[in-house]
Amino acid sequence: MFKSVKTGLGLACVLAVMAGCSSTDTDDSANQQVVDQTPPPVVEDTTATETAVPLDNVVYFDFDQSLLKPSTRELLIKHADRMRGAAGTVRLEGHADELGTREYNLALGERRANAVRDFLVLQGVNAANLEVISYGEERPAQEGSSESARAMNRRVVIN
Amino acid sequence: MMKKTVSLLFASLLGCVLAVSARAQLVVEIDDGNDNPTPVAVVPFDWAGSGVLPEDVSSIISADLRRSGLIAPVPREDMLSFPKNPEEVSFRDWRMLGTEYVVTGRMQPQANGYLLSFDLTNIFGQRKVFTKQVTGGAQQLRDIAHRAADEIFEAITGIRGAFGTQMVYVQETQRGGQPSYALMLSDIDGARARQIRRFSAPVMSPSWSPNGQEVAYVSFETGRPAIFRENIRTGARQQLTNFKGLNSSPTWSPDGSKLAMVLSKDGNPEIYVLDLASGRFTRMTRHFSIDTEPNWMPDGKSLVFTSDRGGKPQIYQLTLATGQVDRLTFDGDYNARPRVSPDGKTLVMVHRSRGVFTIATMDIVSGQMRVLTETRLDESPSIAPNGAMLMYATKRGSKGILAAVSLDAGVKYSLPSQQGNVREPAWSPYFD
Repeated sequence: MFKSVKTGLGLACVLAVMAGCSSTDTDDSANQQVVDQTPPPVVEDTTATETAVPLDNVVYFDFDQSLLKPSTRELLIKHADRMRGAAGTVRLEGHADELGTREYNLALGERRANAVRDFLVLQGVNAANLEVISYGEERPAQEGSSESARAMNRRVVIN
Repeated sequence: MMKKTVSLLFASLLGCVLAVSARAQLVVEIDDGNDNPTPVAVVPFDWAGSGVLPEDVSSIISADLRRSGLIAPVPREDMLSFPKNPEEVSFRDWRMLGTEYVVTGRMQPQANGYLLSFDLTNIFGQRKVFTKQVTGGAQQLRDIAHRAADEIFEAITGIRGAFGTQMVYVQETQRGGQPSYALMLSDIDGARARQIRRFSAPVMSPSWSPNGQEVAYVSFETGRPAIFRENIRTGARQQLTNFKGLNSSPTWSPDGSKLAMVLSKDGNPEIYVLDLASGRFTRMTRHFSIDTEPNWMPDGKSLVFTSDRGGKPQIYQLTLATGQVDRLTFDGDYNARPRVSPDGKTLVMVHRSRGVFTIATMDIVSGQMRVLTETRLDESPSIAPNGAMLMYATKRGSKGILAAVSLDAGVKYSLPSQQGNVREPAWSPYFD
């Protein structure tokens, strides 16, 4: 069951290559808009009611761990309160720090995002509205090899 | 007298579809050499044409031999004479220098290219070892040099040369404040780097097909990780997977008919094998832990992979016919991303010891482990097709660079990039 690239996507790829050949920044950012299929940030949409206090949308983890920290649980309960009954998909993006191998970290990022998903579902959020994606160590929030930078990168972003 | 003409047709296809980026070059820095390298003088070659050749072929050969760590090229300024052929080689002079072998050569213009005739002379044995010929197109002077270096290296060491091979790697640069990713292709000495494809989302895990024509990799361009195969000579590309969850770690089977990969569509990462002809996926592992980073044994009958089923990442072997899984590594609490040497005897991996991530080898039969590198954050080892060296990624300061080490740890060199971060080197197979 091979799946060929859809026409629109193929066009995006062509654009990506074209943008890659030219070195102007404007081409690159235009291309970004074409390829970026990230759904709109649903959390902000639902808080467009009375007290729209933005919630912190990142939770952090210990090295090679996917267990939720107690402080994280409080934040996730607040997220769950807002998500319940809301329409639209929420993306849970799992990330890892630079330590360890890239492919293993991809799996670790997914395991972290799954831990957040499972907790939200326990709080009554519809699992069908949650999409898990892992970037492993490919998209660090902070560059550098300090422990503080690594701690910032071991995270799940709720989008 | 042995004569042999080596054709370089394969390489003439290169460059047709690939943009050359002059700023993308990697530059070799030798860090450590063998204790007793063989002194070999590669004398500047005679040139029968007009003008000056665009590449210094004998220098490229010297650089190749030097990078092997097994040969110490004699510096040009130490040479007492520049003989053009074995008849002009003064055994006495070269013996005084301690030179064991002398390479002489003659470059000639040909229609659309060049012909190199080169000779290897054994100084202590006072005899000519061989005369050979290599031909190549106008843009193939470096290919001619690498082929000649392969022949010289094999005659002296008994090891097949891999100087004419290439590598694929990932380069990350900043463009307008945004990270930009490129899959790059270069000669194994870092020269002639060119972009295969550029991406605005991460790209990772490049893996060569055994015939050296294609690369499989993971791209996030669709918003999710997906596995692609791409013919690097023609640019033809196909998306192979689009499953929910992870689609990662593709590696080609030794016969080229299958891809091992990791899919988490069942809920957690499992090893799958995709039959490329039928498009059929076969699940190979069933475990709630992380199973990832599969790589084939040379006989194609089993896979090695990383799993944390024992609590920490360790390397396991999976026999495909029976599904039996055996743990291979026991030394240390983090062993991952295994690669197997071409003879199937040695495992190469990322190994954590005392908090730093290094590259280590393990004898599969005895279980004897040996750490090869002394840097930290070393990852993604990829073994040369002759099994003598491996390329890996490491950090210098905060910059991602490539480096190489021999499997006996005696030889080390690094290949820092002049631009951006480079990582995930994949050493090509032989092209013939």
